[in-house]
Amino acid sequence: MITNLALIFFWAPTEMVMGLVQKVLYVHVPLAWIGFLAFFVVFIGSVMYLWKKAQPWDGLAQAAAEVGVLCTTLMLVTGAIWAKPVWGVWWTWDPRLTTSTILWLMYVGYLMLRGYAPSREQGARYAAVMGIVAFVNVPIVYYSTILWRTVHPEMVIGPASETGNLDSQMRTVLLFSALTFTLLFVYLVKERLALTCAYDRILSIRHKEGIY
Amino acid sequence: MNYFLIPILQIAYKDIILELRTKDIFVTILIFALLMGVIFSFVFVPTKQNVVLILPGTLWVSITFAGVLGFNRSLVLEKDKGNLDGLLLCPVTRDVIYFGKFLGLFLFMISAEIFIVPLYAVLYNVSILDVGIPVIVILTTIGFAAVGTLFSAICVNTRSREVMLPILLLPVSVPIIVAAVEGTRSILEGSPVGIERWVQLLAAFDVIFLVLAAFTFGAVLEE
Repeated sequence: MITNLALIFFWAPTEMVMGLVQKVLYVHVPLAWIGFLAFFVVFIGSVMYLWKKAQPWDGLAQAAAEVGVLCTTLMLVTGAIWAKPVWGVWWTWDPRLTTSTILWLMYVGYLMLRGYAPSREQGARYAAVMGIVAFVNVPIVYYSTILWRTVHPEMVIGPASETGNLDSQMRTVLLFSALTFTLLFVYLVKERLALTCAYDRILSIRHKEGIY
Repeated sequence: MNYFLIPILQIAYKDIILELRTKDIFVTILIFALLMGVIFSFVFVPTKQNVVLILPGTLWVSITFAGVLGFNRSLVLEKDKGNLDGLLLCPVTRDVIYFGKFLGLFLFMISAEIFIVPLYAVLYNVSILDVGIPVIVILTTIGFAAVGTLFSAICVNTRSREVMLPILLLPVSVPIIVAAVEGTRSILEGSPVGIERWVQLLAAFDVIFLVLAAFTFGAVLEE
């Protein structure tokens, strides 16, 4: 992580037009990437849980959802920080932004559903259903907002060539950053799973000793 | 086929009889949607120029929120007296129960919308005499009831179910709300070019979520 930060701040060339603020993209893009990765893991965990009814799959889905919501939140915030100086506004209703926001809302709902469920097992089943529905819904939301945008012309002009010829040094840093963030994601999910395991063990010990 | 279709119709029929006696859901949806229409007309001050911009949004937001109330009501009725357990004991598969409940909710919403849509047209002074309007209303209601049935079955068992239902249901139904609003608007503007894509989107949403919800409904109802 520290190497990554050093690379971002000292090695990567500063972008000519956007200046220093462009560096936030080295965090923003990997956050977006692991956000989507996390929700894909939630989807896999949910399907497998409904199929096999094995608790570890539910733990995986829960851990990935929590990390995913955290990353999506940070992604939206870093995106806004970048957009203010570059686009001139904090927020615009472009399809990707809109879809990310709805994605965020759906998975916050997912976590709330777990919290409000009457029992852990029921919460796991409900959350699995929501995890599947939400994931299937993402492309539909994206498609509908693209259609919606073609009806309402863009208010803010995006950067002319956001993609395309990325400086090779910049690309290296971005890829390295994505890699470190993926490792961070794996680590966080692992820790969260360990926490669930510990929780389960306490529960079973309590159960054995008759303490509630 | 009959093993599938007849129980569905029977479950829906049971809901219809109940609804004819209590008129709970129908009245809730109708009055709430009209109330929203009146409030929106204060908020947005419709004029001849902006009404095409305002009407589709207010209409569908009202119907969506009213629908959330109706869905809550429908499953709470099942839950309160333990009727849901009775349904689960029926010798039918879980997707049959889903389609039965879905059909009932769809019919209640449609029957309220038959009044709501013309009343909005009168309140906001626009003409809605176009064959596209019923198509959009029906497709939207199918999609909304499809996800609504699934999520109300989930939320009826949670604490603070009145809050959980809209929090789960509204983000998921964003595509149909967008499609319904934009579709209605392009009809009111008299441009049939855009409407085709919205109808396609609505139809795709309906099919995907009817199948998906029927598959996952069993997991929701398990005890």
